[in-house]
Amino acid sequence: MHFLLLFSRQGKLRLQKWFTPVPEREKKKIVRDMTTMVLGRKPRSCNFLHWKDLKIVYKKYASLYFCCGLDAEENELLALEVLHRYVELLDKYFGNVCELDIIFNFEKAYFILDEFLLGGEVQETSKQVLSRSIEASDMLQEVCFGRSCLLSVLSIIFSVVL
Amino acid sequence: MSPSVRLQEMIRVIRGARTQGEERGVIQRECAAIRAQFRQADNGTRSHNLAKLLYVHMLGYPAHFGQMECVRLIASPRYNEKRVGYLGAMMLLDEKQDASLLITNSIKNDLSHSSQYVQSLALCTLACMGSAEMCRDLAPEIDRLLRASNSYIKKKAALCAVHMVRKVPELGELFTPAARSLLSEKNHGVLHGAVVLITELCERNPDTLEQFRKAVPELVLMMKGLVMSGYSPEHNVAGISDPFLQVRILRLLRILGRNNDTASDAMNDLLAQVATNTDSSKTAGSAVLYETVLTVMDIKSESGLRVLAVNILGRFLLNNDRNIRYISMTSLQKIVQTDHNAVQRHRGTIVDCLKDQDASVKRRALELSLALVSAVNIRSLMKELLLFLSSCPPELRAHTTSGIFNAAERYAPSQRWHIDTILHVLTTAGGDVRDETVPNLIQLITTATELHCYTVHKLYRALITDISVQSLVQVACWCIGEYGDLLLRGECEETEPVQVTEDDVLDALETVLQSHMSSPATRGFALTATMKLSTRITHNVDRIRSIVSIYGSCIDVELQQRAVEYNALFKKYDHMRAAVLERMPVIDKSSPGHTNGESAGGTIKELEPAKLTQEIVLPQEPSNQVSEENDCSKLWYFMTDIFLFVSIAPPSVTVYEKNGVTLKLQTDRQTDTGMTVTLTATNSTDGDITGLTLQAAVPKSVQLQMKAPSGDVIPAHGLGQVTQTVLLNNPNKVGLHSDTVQIDSFPSTAW
Repeated sequence: MHFLLLFSRQGKLRLQKWFTPVPEREKKKIVRDMTTMVLGRKPRSCNFLHWKDLKIVYKKYASLYFCCGLDAEENELLALEVLHRYVELLDKYFGNVCELDIIFNFEKAYFILDEFLLGGEVQETSKQVLSRSIEASDMLQEVCFGRSCLLSVLSIIFSVVL
Repeated sequence: MSPSVRLQEMIRVIRGARTQGEERGVIQRECAAIRAQFRQADNGTRSHNLAKLLYVHMLGYPAHFGQMECVRLIASPRYNEKRVGYLGAMMLLDEKQDASLLITNSIKNDLSHSSQYVQSLALCTLACMGSAEMCRDLAPEIDRLLRASNSYIKKKAALCAVHMVRKVPELGELFTPAARSLLSEKNHGVLHGAVVLITELCERNPDTLEQFRKAVPELVLMMKGLVMSGYSPEHNVAGISDPFLQVRILRLLRILGRNNDTASDAMNDLLAQVATNTDSSKTAGSAVLYETVLTVMDIKSESGLRVLAVNILGRFLLNNDRNIRYISMTSLQKIVQTDHNAVQRHRGTIVDCLKDQDASVKRRALELSLALVSAVNIRSLMKELLLFLSSCPPELRAHTTSGIFNAAERYAPSQRWHIDTILHVLTTAGGDVRDETVPNLIQLITTATELHCYTVHKLYRALITDISVQSLVQVACWCIGEYGDLLLRGECEETEPVQVTEDDVLDALETVLQSHMSSPATRGFALTATMKLSTRITHNVDRIRSIVSIYGSCIDVELQQRAVEYNALFKKYDHMRAAVLERMPVIDKSSPGHTNGESAGGTIKELEPAKLTQEIVLPQEPSNQVSEENDCSKLWYFMTDIFLFVSIAPPSVTVYEKNGVTLKLQTDRQTDTGMTVTLTATNSTDGDITGLTLQAAVPKSVQLQMKAPSGDVIPAHGLGQVTQTVLLNNPNKVGLHSDTVQIDSFPSTAW
């Protein structure tokens, strides 16, 4: 997979993940091209497109478009399954996920994606294992943050006392 | 208050901005605050500030001042800060930035961190944006992790290794042993990573490929296990057990079985099993079947298996799901050359897909239909293609027309059918055909000598109906000019003849000449056609004369020049008119440059002396009246541009040979547009020919430069010769076709 994009019906970008090095200007151009192409498709059309030498696979979930760019040898039907799996993960994490969840918690959407895909390839095929590791990372973050909070509170108290 | 709220607060404020300007203002303020915070010492809010910056970056605003902050956060001991730091690195840094080198050390340290989640962050970032140098540095670390760590890390390390091999192919050798041992793992995540890594290694190194061929039985067993296993809640997707892993294994088997009989044999049974047992009612199953079909077609499978695969694709064609129809056609396209007959069986369904609503499906169906055209099915398939043309989306029209022409050219069952088909295309989509269509069609018409009457009738009818399609109008004008006498005769075997008068025909041509819709080229065709009719009709020559003289003052220079020349033909050279405007000979499509659709643009246009007509006209031969004296002979060399075509010139051709006087013409193409014509005159009579002069006339766009002749006396008895060189520059590549040689007067004694 070369890239994965999420954008709304109005063309606003909600998430962008690039698996190959692309210059900034080129990224902007690709995003523009993808949004125009995908948003211009009729409702019940085929989910596959051709763009330059890449295969583009997209799927609409509620108000969000999930769009990824694949190499010529990759399996488009499987890519649809990959997109679907990612949506399932988001749904499990946020509980009935909607676009607003992804807007306000974009960094969490990225963390979940990074547990699922690595270097453009699927790293774990079991939903349960994935959910568990996402939870565990979150726990670690909470603990860590809690610890650092506690540390800063303690340091304030000490500085007041002393 | 939890600091995360501050991020969400900012997002809310930004979204609340009513105009673009307001949003920019908010963002500028926030960015300034973030910058200030970055410069301060650590106050526990660094990660949130970076998160805010990343949001702003996603909206499209510049965020490069956050790069150093990413580096700092990655080096922090706190997990939450590391997490955001690495995320920032993946979003803001790429291998081209200098700052990316600074995180190499942090990544190295984190790869050996005690917490697997920190290790995972490092692995993820490395696989996402690791440069070649970073990969080289850290490869040994990854190799170590591949061998000795838990499955959580192993699977990530495997994919990180994939990235490294893509960046630095030589590292493949380092990872090969570890990859081999990973195949015996049980964990699906690790297996998946291992299979992806092995695929990458085999694709890049043929030796590694050889090595891993030995693993084929192991992979086959693995696959069998997945297919035949019962329901496994952990990996089940719509009834298929771990489709992601299945597809990757099939892809690896494809690479291993390619061009290798033993490996292919070992997989035959498995592939048949997968093909028959996989339930394809949902996408997951279809994905596995699709990959199976691709593998079967690519390895050296036995014919029964191949037929099974093509049948699966045929079944896919009938599926309700558009996606599946689309991919089945892409697959059929790949195999249509090798398994032509198998695909032909599904021609009916493919042709039906031409009527699908979806543009992608239509395009695929068109490609496939064109590939399936053969001598056997040309008539029925062409009917469908022509039907498709009348309703096809505009972006596909040019492709469809050229495809139809190619097919018609290769498999036309009869000339009449061929002409009918091209005419049909021109009437339906004449605006989307390529430029070469007009000369190609004209060439085709001239060769179909028995059908001239039929063709001119059809074209005349088309012309009076509609003059908007330029290509059709051009061909129609040419035909009427050439075969107008057949039209006026009022009888035709092949079709219902039209009863037209000379005035009707001239009316039609004049309409074309005067219409605003006609392009300059079309008007040129119409004018020439009108002129040609002057020798084919009997009563209205005066009308033609007047038309021609009117256009003598036309603004369009090309048209004006033609009109002036035709006028001259009427006035000064009326005796030559019949010869000049005679019927054209059959044009020969002899050269390689002249094929339908093959030559892109730059076709070579040259004089082909062989085609120089034998229309050598001699005036009343003075025969015995010519005096003993050697009169001067004038050779009039007149080139008419009728239209363009291509050929390769033979070195030298005799254009006139009679009564002892021989004229040879030799052409050399000097440049793309320039040509040298050398005329050589020899005399084998008893008397010298004196006073030899040569004159040449060419169309205005062609530049003529006549060099001085070597002499003006041709010695007798072939003792010497006179040569004259004419340089022609033909920048517009106007066609030079027939020329006439005329001798005005001759010397004496020879006869």
